Amino acid sequence: MNSYNLTHLKQLESEAIFIMREVAAQFEKPVLLFSGGKDSIVMVRLAQKAFWPAKFPFPLMHIDTGHNFEETIAFRDYLVEQTGARFIVRNVQDSINQGRAVEEKGLNPSRNGLQTITLLDAIEEFKFDAAFGGARRDEEKARAKERFFSHRDEFGQWDPKNQRPELWNLFNGRKQPGEHFRVFPLSNWTEMDVWQYIAQEKLEIPSIYFTHRRTVVNRNGTLLGKCDHITLLNGEKYEEMQVRFRTVGDMTCTGAVLSDAATLQEIIDEVASARVTERGTRADDKRSEAAMEDRKKQGYF
Amino acid sequence: MTEQAYTEMDLLRFTTAGSVDDGKSTLIGRLLYDSKSIFEDQLEAIERTSEQRGDGYVNLALLTDGLRAEREQGITIDVAYRYFATPRRKFIIADTPGHIQYTRNMVTGASTANLTIILVDARHGVVEQTCRHAFIASLLQIKHLVVCVNKMDLMDYKQEVFEKIREDFRKFSSKLSVPDVHYIPISALNGDNVVDKSENMPWYQGSTLLYTLENVHVGSDFNHVDSRFPVQWVIRPQSDQYHDFRGYAGKVEGGVFKPGDEVIALPSGFSTRIQSIETMDGPVAEAFPPMSVVMTLADNIDISRGDMIVKPNNQPQVGQDIEVMICWLNDKKLVPNGKYAIRHTTKEARCVVKDVRYKVNINTLHRIEDDKTIGLNDIGRILIRTTQPLLYDSYSRNRMTGSIILIDEFTNETVAAGMII
Ligand SMILES: Nc1nc2c(ncn2[C@@H]2O[C@H](COP(=O)(O)OP(=O)(O)O)[C@@H](O)[C@H]2O)c(=O)[nH]1
Repeated sequence: MNSYNLTHLKQLESEAIFIMREVAAQFEKPVLLFSGGKDSIVMVRLAQKAFWPAKFPFPLMHIDTGHNFEETIAFRDYLVEQTGARFIVRNVQDSINQGRAVEEKGLNPSRNGLQTITLLDAIEEFKFDAAFGGARRDEEKARAKERFFSHRDEFGQWDPKNQRPELWNLFNGRKQPGEHFRVFPLSNWTEMDVWQYIAQEKLEIPSIYFTHRRTVVNRNGTLLGKCDHITLLNGEKYEEMQVRFRTVGDMTCTGAVLSDAATLQEIIDEVASARVTERGTRADDKRSEAAMEDRKKQGYF
Repeated sequence: MTEQAYTEMDLLRFTTAGSVDDGKSTLIGRLLYDSKSIFEDQLEAIERTSEQRGDGYVNLALLTDGLRAEREQGITIDVAYRYFATPRRKFIIADTPGHIQYTRNMVTGASTANLTIILVDARHGVVEQTCRHAFIASLLQIKHLVVCVNKMDLMDYKQEVFEKIREDFRKFSSKLSVPDVHYIPISALNGDNVVDKSENMPWYQGSTLLYTLENVHVGSDFNHVDSRFPVQWVIRPQSDQYHDFRGYAGKVEGGVFKPGDEVIALPSGFSTRIQSIETMDGPVAEAFPPMSVVMTLADNIDISRGDMIVKPNNQPQVGQDIEVMICWLNDKKLVPNGKYAIRHTTKEARCVVKDVRYKVNINTLHRIEDDKTIGLNDIGRILIRTTQPLLYDSYSRNRMTGSIILIDEFTNETVAAGMII
């Protein structure tokens, strides 16, 4: 035995840092997609580590659905200010106003699909050639085959059958003009790894991840927080509950879980014994078994 | 889990290989299920699907079936990654399909793995594909092999069946270079010897599969002898606080580096000392694989991406004419005398294929010298000449400084994986 061992978190961190440096070296204009959620908070920390003591050489960008939790947006702005990075926001609402996107009809109008349009427009506007995302392969079945360097054609589309093989740590970022890559440094992380890393690094996170009292409605088993974008149906009613969120997506489709977890260690314990995947709290994935795959093909994260 | 526990867990990457229907998906499903890595909503989804398909039982194999095309055809067609953890270790599974035509997937999955599980159907024994998979594992320098003899339930859990397969495999694999081989009789369907010890096979005294995965020693799989630091990115903050800071960012791919060590930068050949090894969390006393760090040097010498920092008394080979064992990954065949882009460590160059030495029959391991066309899933030895010298080691010495990929310059696709001889 020798003492040259790294913990799993150190190995994952090193891998992610390696990927970020590779992107900086192989691409002209990368951007880091940033939502203020826990995965993107980890991404920002990794970017800082990868280029320290210099600043990371790319801007942050948020594709804002307009349906975000206030707490997340406040936290987003706070973190951006701390990093001193250049920050870009593009709004789904603007895409709707310009007639580039059309709001969904129906009960839980989700803006997840529309995000794709705004994102692709922004990538074109700024001529970004690589966009970092915080997605993980453990999140959802269709993501399990995603690459670190995920090639997108000139329409921003993903072709699951025609992905480039990735071997060792040799990443191929070559592309034709107009094409771009999505890059996922957290590919090999699980929800548990992310929480453990947040605890290890003592990272700040938005308050909605911790337990709080909130007015919610139970819609088909998903606890949705009260907000302007949700209309009650016949027989539905708002109730006060002690909850927290496991992800910070759109308010119209991100469900809360009943929880008393008030500290990171309590969250870690809860995740360790959780019986439902974190995306299980997202109504948009339940629409059909292949929902995520379909959205990814169209250019979703 | 206590904080103590997760700050001490390490990582094992493994890949699974087997012919279609040997039970690979069932085995992975079983590992995830018995290690409690499956969530209720995932289980409900596969219960629903199993029912629709009329499987008659909860088909754990469905857990690892990713994409729609595969669900429709009922086969796995690409490498999929799965994760689970026990209090000892986090595991990354590269789930690679067993079709004949998918050598490419197995090579891809194995390139980052410490260990390979090879499944053998107890009814069929060691077949052509078993040999193929073992060969690929050894070609990719996988140090640990676990041969799982599956479906023991269909052979009445008989010891002779297991012993015969073990003997057959041993004979075949003596020709290969895999240092550490384990044999385990299992039933993936019923869970015998996967996570829990089987009551049906009292004659088997060895460990269960999960125990084996948790305890295989992988610390020494990295090369700690030949110091190699390919420079990935030069860090120059140009801020007031770090005005004169010039650091070389990269991942240690071999050996151990310490501040004060005498080093030489290649290809320039200038020598200097390591001044410090930096991270955002503070300087470190030593850097070893696979750490990502930033090195500062005592002298200001010109170093850029693609260069390598090494120790003067242990240098990599430097050359432009390189013998490589390749696996072809693309529908478009290798073009003799064709030109390709090549990536090696953090360097990109171009190369021309000067010669195809031979092709390998991956079932018999014999050399084929009369047919040298190399197409999808073929393995062969070639000679390339690169436009610039590469700083390399043989793959058997160091997987990271001994591997390359070839890229088609027109389509930009990765067309070959190569191991330097
Ligand atoms: N009796 C028995 N059947 C098994 C066992 N493992 C897998 N099977 C069955 O063998 C078939 C193929 O299994 P699957 O996991 O899909 O194979 P794959 O093609 O290697 O992924 C399925 O019908 C499984 O239920 C086992 O240990 N015993």
